[in-house]
Amino acid sequence: MAFFDRFKFKKKDKENEEIPWEKEAEPGEESPEEEPRETLGAEENGSEEAASPSLAGENGHSSIFDRFKTKKENGRAEEKEQAQPADDVEAVEREEDAYEKEVNGKKTKWGFLDKLKKGLSKTRENTIGKIEALVKSSKKLDDDFWEELEEILIQADVGVNTTIELVDNIKKAAKKQKMHDSSEVLELIKDEIRKLLEYNNVPLNIPQGELAVILVVGVNGAGKTTSIAKLAYRFHEEGKKVLLGAADTFRAAAIDQLNIWADRVGVEIIKHQEGSDPGAVVFDAIHASRARHADILIIDTAGRLQNKANLMKEISKIKNIIQREIPEAPHEVLLVLDATTGQNAISQAKIFEEATGVTGLILSKLDGTAKGGIILAVEKELKIPVKLVGIGEGLEDLRDFSPQIFTEALFACNGGD
Amino acid sequence: MAFEGLSDRLQDIFKKLRGKGKIGEEDVKTAMREVRLALLEADVNFKVVKDFVERVRQRAVGQEVLQSLTPGQQIIKVVHDEMTALMGGSESKLNLAAKPPSIYMLVGLQGAGKTTTVAKLGRNLLKQGRRPVLVAGDIYRPAAIKQLQVLGEQVGIPVFSMGQSNPVDIARASLEYARSQNRDIVILDTAGRLHINEELMDELKQIKSAINPHEILLVVDAMTGQDAVNVAESFNRDLGLTGVILTKLDGDTRGGAALSVKAVTGCPIKYVGMGEKLDALETFFPDRMASRILGMGDILSLVEKAQANIDQEKAREMERKIRKQEFTLEDFLEQMQQVRSMGPLDELLGMIPGIGKQMKGFKGEFDEREILRIEAIIKSMTLQERRDTSIINGSRKKRIARGSGTKVQEVNRLLKQFEESRKLMKQFADLGGKKGKRGGMPPIRFPF
Repeated sequence: MAFFDRFKFKKKDKENEEIPWEKEAEPGEESPEEEPRETLGAEENGSEEAASPSLAGENGHSSIFDRFKTKKENGRAEEKEQAQPADDVEAVEREEDAYEKEVNGKKTKWGFLDKLKKGLSKTRENTIGKIEALVKSSKKLDDDFWEELEEILIQADVGVNTTIELVDNIKKAAKKQKMHDSSEVLELIKDEIRKLLEYNNVPLNIPQGELAVILVVGVNGAGKTTSIAKLAYRFHEEGKKVLLGAADTFRAAAIDQLNIWADRVGVEIIKHQEGSDPGAVVFDAIHASRARHADILIIDTAGRLQNKANLMKEISKIKNIIQREIPEAPHEVLLVLDATTGQNAISQAKIFEEATGVTGLILSKLDGTAKGGIILAVEKELKIPVKLVGIGEGLEDLRDFSPQIFTEALFACNGGD
Repeated sequence: MAFEGLSDRLQDIFKKLRGKGKIGEEDVKTAMREVRLALLEADVNFKVVKDFVERVRQRAVGQEVLQSLTPGQQIIKVVHDEMTALMGGSESKLNLAAKPPSIYMLVGLQGAGKTTTVAKLGRNLLKQGRRPVLVAGDIYRPAAIKQLQVLGEQVGIPVFSMGQSNPVDIARASLEYARSQNRDIVILDTAGRLHINEELMDELKQIKSAINPHEILLVVDAMTGQDAVNVAESFNRDLGLTGVILTKLDGDTRGGAALSVKAVTGCPIKYVGMGEKLDALETFFPDRMASRILGMGDILSLVEKAQANIDQEKAREMERKIRKQEFTLEDFLEQMQQVRSMGPLDELLGMIPGIGKQMKGFKGEFDEREILRIEAIIKSMTLQERRDTSIINGSRKKRIARGSGTKVQEVNRLLKQFEESRKLMKQFADLGGKKGKRGGMPPIRFPF
């Protein structure tokens, strides 16, 4: 099954690559840096605030999710949606800013981009700041320049292999276009990174009118429980009936932790005693979800290191139980990766994918890490889309991962803040 | 097992060198380039790698190495020395207060494993005859206090908590509590926080000045990437760390963070978390870890574990039996139980020189439950059957399988395995016999 899932993704990605991205690239490339800056600038001035409610309408907060709905309704024609030109990105930003304001009411502290920018500011200072400094300082494209570029990327946790390939590609492209000045290379670097991230434009698979089961897996301390709370909040806000399954029966007080979150968010939870069989919890949770006509069931699992064979067998078993109850479930198997993790993230993704057929990643703790580089390595090696990013401690701090916004935010100029 | 990947890479690199009778500067250079890549892939911090490689290179091209009879071996020794130095030289113990209670404060990022480590550390100190108290100072994460309470109960140590009050007050009050309850060690759990969150870092500073801890230990996830050093540097700058505890080292991470953190902050790694169980916290020995990374095994730790867990008398008796080939399934069961009490099998195997890599194919196959099954099968046999497996016929096998809830095939497999291990043991015994009894480290006298 896992193999097939993955194949599906690759196929989908290819389609994306061929059709929509080509189109999207044009307007995007003309003013890749200016778009987010413009939005940000407007927002800081306050003019955006006036504009956004009208854009978002009465229930502005549901607008991003409407996008999912339409996508789902369109079914296979989802490429069409994606084929919308890049100025759509700006609209999305505005929508999301509106979302932010609607939800928080008086707390209109951060727009989405602001938040992401804030979270990424360290990344930018350390990585991109360095890249820009490098590009500005050394004018010639000599070996020193390439070596230094490699160093910067490796220090950002991009990983040796990915770095070498990335730099090689840039080198070739620079040669082909007869570039001699290092400042021109900056654009090329962006392009290469964007290309790596293209696989990520896959939304969450939430079927309409039937129970959607989301299984959340990951190593210890990655942030599963917190991510689940945020995810539940998001669906709950959207008006969906959400149920949580507390299948982390191993860690002390993990059930209590999820229970507290469930209360805060205002969703129901299915739990057993600590130390009980997680499979039984899952079984009960599915039946309860059906009986209570829930839209979405999110299952928390115990953290496990991927090299523990027994524990990986256990998680496969949990997946099988879900599948036995609902053949097309789990609709999503989300692996939570801690953004501070180094190269081990690749091993995590690989082995969890083998055991559970991971359909997407949640990149947690992106507000703290100085480097986002690990995404590039994981994308290159495994092509599992990053679907969500955790960018703060608040319930609303779990966002869709948009490669476009991400790359732009990554490259936005430091002068902005 | 942590460092596996790193040690594989390094061993391959050194294997190439070892075979050579003569080594030139060029060979060293090539090897060092590969060492550099291996370390980088293992998440060792970039700057640390640079320094390390340069130091090794300089020593390696020196006279003493290149002109020695075994230059390959010499280089490995240099790498081993430097790696040991990088990780802090020798083991480093916790500071104790002249006047109890000694106060230990654990800090770190979210999800590093602080709460679990607080309980593990408490258990560790309890075993040493101390009287620790655990303090629930994480007031932010839902159910963190409950988690510590549950863990405290499991290890049999009181937990001091004041609900969601101010962490500084909690810390202060906990000292009073420790004094009144005659507790000599206070271990304070704190909420996970980002090193760039000034507000929360200030809170830690306040706690520090309120209670003057004897140790401020940074808990670091061994899987952390290049960022580990930034985190460690920030915490060190703000709080003045006294040591580091590395967690989740039982994963398959290459553990580069371990090699970097000491080098950057100068704070020694005092403990490592080696598993989910609450006894899985070990003292960190830089030299032994370096040996393990370089595939030289870690016989010292293995012997210590064996001595702590295996009854000497029984071991001697077992050895006699093996030599005389009187080894029965009963002994097999007993031995298995003893070895199991030493810790997870794959971890033990990793400590045996030369075995770590060869056993790689088996990794992950060592299912602890498999051992339980074997136990069940043996226990379903009659005493007679255990002593003489040759009498076990078809109908006996069926009975055993029924009794142990297994299948006849599994019984067969066990019998076969037992025969094989008997043969193997005979070989070992013969070998040991020929060489005489010179190995000075009972009870394990297998001549590896």
